[in-house]
Amino acid sequence: MNGVHDLGGMQGFGPIEPEANEPVFHADWEGAVLAMNIAAMTQRLYNVDEFRHGVERMGAARYLATSYYEHWLASIETLLVEKGVVSRAELEARTAAFFADPDLPLPRRSDPALVARMREAIRKGAAASSEERPSARFRPGDRVVTRNMHPPGHTRLPRYARGRRGAIERVHGVFTVPDSHAHGRGRQPQPLYSVAFESRELWGAAAAPRERVYLDLWEPYLEPDGGSGDGRQA
Amino acid sequence: MGGKHNGPAEPRVALRVRALESLLIEKGLLSTEVVDEVVRVYENDIGPMNGAKVVARAWVDPEYKRRLLADGTAAVGELGFGGRGGGDRLVVVENTPAVHNLVVCTLCSCYPWPVLGLPPTWYKMPAYRSRAVLEPRKVLSEFGLEVPESVEIRVWDSSAEIRYMVLPERPRGTERLGEAELAALVTRDAMIGVARVGALV
Repeated sequence: MNGVHDLGGMQGFGPIEPEANEPVFHADWEGAVLAMNIAAMTQRLYNVDEFRHGVERMGAARYLATSYYEHWLASIETLLVEKGVVSRAELEARTAAFFADPDLPLPRRSDPALVARMREAIRKGAAASSEERPSARFRPGDRVVTRNMHPPGHTRLPRYARGRRGAIERVHGVFTVPDSHAHGRGRQPQPLYSVAFESRELWGAAAAPRERVYLDLWEPYLEPDGGSGDGRQA
Repeated sequence: MGGKHNGPAEPRVALRVRALESLLIEKGLLSTEVVDEVVRVYENDIGPMNGAKVVARAWVDPEYKRRLLADGTAAVGELGFGGRGGGDRLVVVENTPAVHNLVVCTLCSCYPWPVLGLPPTWYKMPAYRSRAVLEPRKVLSEFGLEVPESVEIRVWDSSAEIRYMVLPERPRGTERLGEAELAALVTRDAMIGVARVGALV
C-alpha cells in the first residue's frame, strides 16, 4: 500500500537527531512490547509480514505521531484481535481497568518451557528462504525495470523505486514473498535479487553523482529492461 | 518488571501494554519471566559489541575477512552470532578508499540484530529513513562524516530478509593492537556506515 511508512525520498522531516548514550529501552513497556511480539511470532499467532502490514495499517497520522514501539503495539493489538486470540471487547475492558487503576498487578504465571522456547527462537531466528529452487529469470549484470505497481496490500517494493531501471547485482536465492505471506496466501517463494539503481535514475538529473541505492527485490517486482514492459513511467 | 521509568504519571501507552500483557498471561501465551528474559538478553547479550568482534577478527585475519564477505551469516556464526532479527541472511559490505557503504530500511526498520543489537531511535525515525536514499552524502555530513565526491556511496535499503552490516576501514596507527583492543575501537555507527572508526588518539 502507498502508506506513510514508505518513507524513502520524502522531504520535510528535518534533521536526524541521534541521542548520546541511548539506552536499549527508554521505558519498561518498550521491552514488554518487544517480548510480546517475539512470543506471539514464536507461537505462530502471526508472521512477520502480517506484523509489518499491521503497522502499515495503523493510520498515517497516528504513525507519524507515535514511536516505534507504539507502532509495534498497534500492530500486535490489531493482529491478536483479528486472529481471535483476544476479543476487542476484552482488550478494551482490560485497558479501561488499567487506566482506572494503574496499580493493578499482572497475573502470576511461571512457564519455563516458554522461556526456553523464546531463548531458542532468539538464538536461531526464523527462516524466510526456501529450499525450493525455481530457476531464476535474471543473472548478475542483467538490466531490469521495476514494475509500476500500487497494490492496496503489503509490498516491499518502495514507491521511490517503482518504474525504475536497475541492474541485477546478485541472486540471493528463493525467499517467501511478503505480498502474499502478509495476507494469508502462503509463502509462494520466488527468486530474490539485489538490484542496483543509480541515484540519477531514482531522483533525476540533479541527483549527486557516484551514489547508488541497492534494494532486495523479488522476481515478480521486475521486468527485463528493453522490452515494452509496463514499468517505465511516462 | 521493575519500575525503571514507570513513575506515578505512567503514560497511557504503558497501561495499554500492561492490559495486553495481563490478557496474554491469562491465556497461557506469555509470562512476566518471558518479558524479563527478553529484556535481559537484548540489554546484555546482543549488541554492537558482537559486531565489533566480527570487525576486529576480519581486520586481523584475512582468511576470516574473505569468508565474512563471501558468506556473512556463516562467518558471524563462527563467532557464535546469529538468530532472531537477523532476517534470513547477513551480507557484510566493505568500506574501502573508493567505496563507502550505508545501511537503512526505508519501509520499516530492518537492522542486523544479532551483530548490532536493537537499532537506535534515529535509525527508526522518518528523517533518516526518508533521506538516507535521497541524499546520503548530506546525511553523512550531518553525522560529521565528510565523504569526498570521488568516493562512491552505496546505500543498502533492507527491503527483504537480508540484513546488512558495514565492515569499516581499519584506522591507521592500529597495527600493533590486538583483536580485543581493535574491537574496543569499533562503534555501532561505523557498522551502520554513518561514521568511520577513529584512529587512536
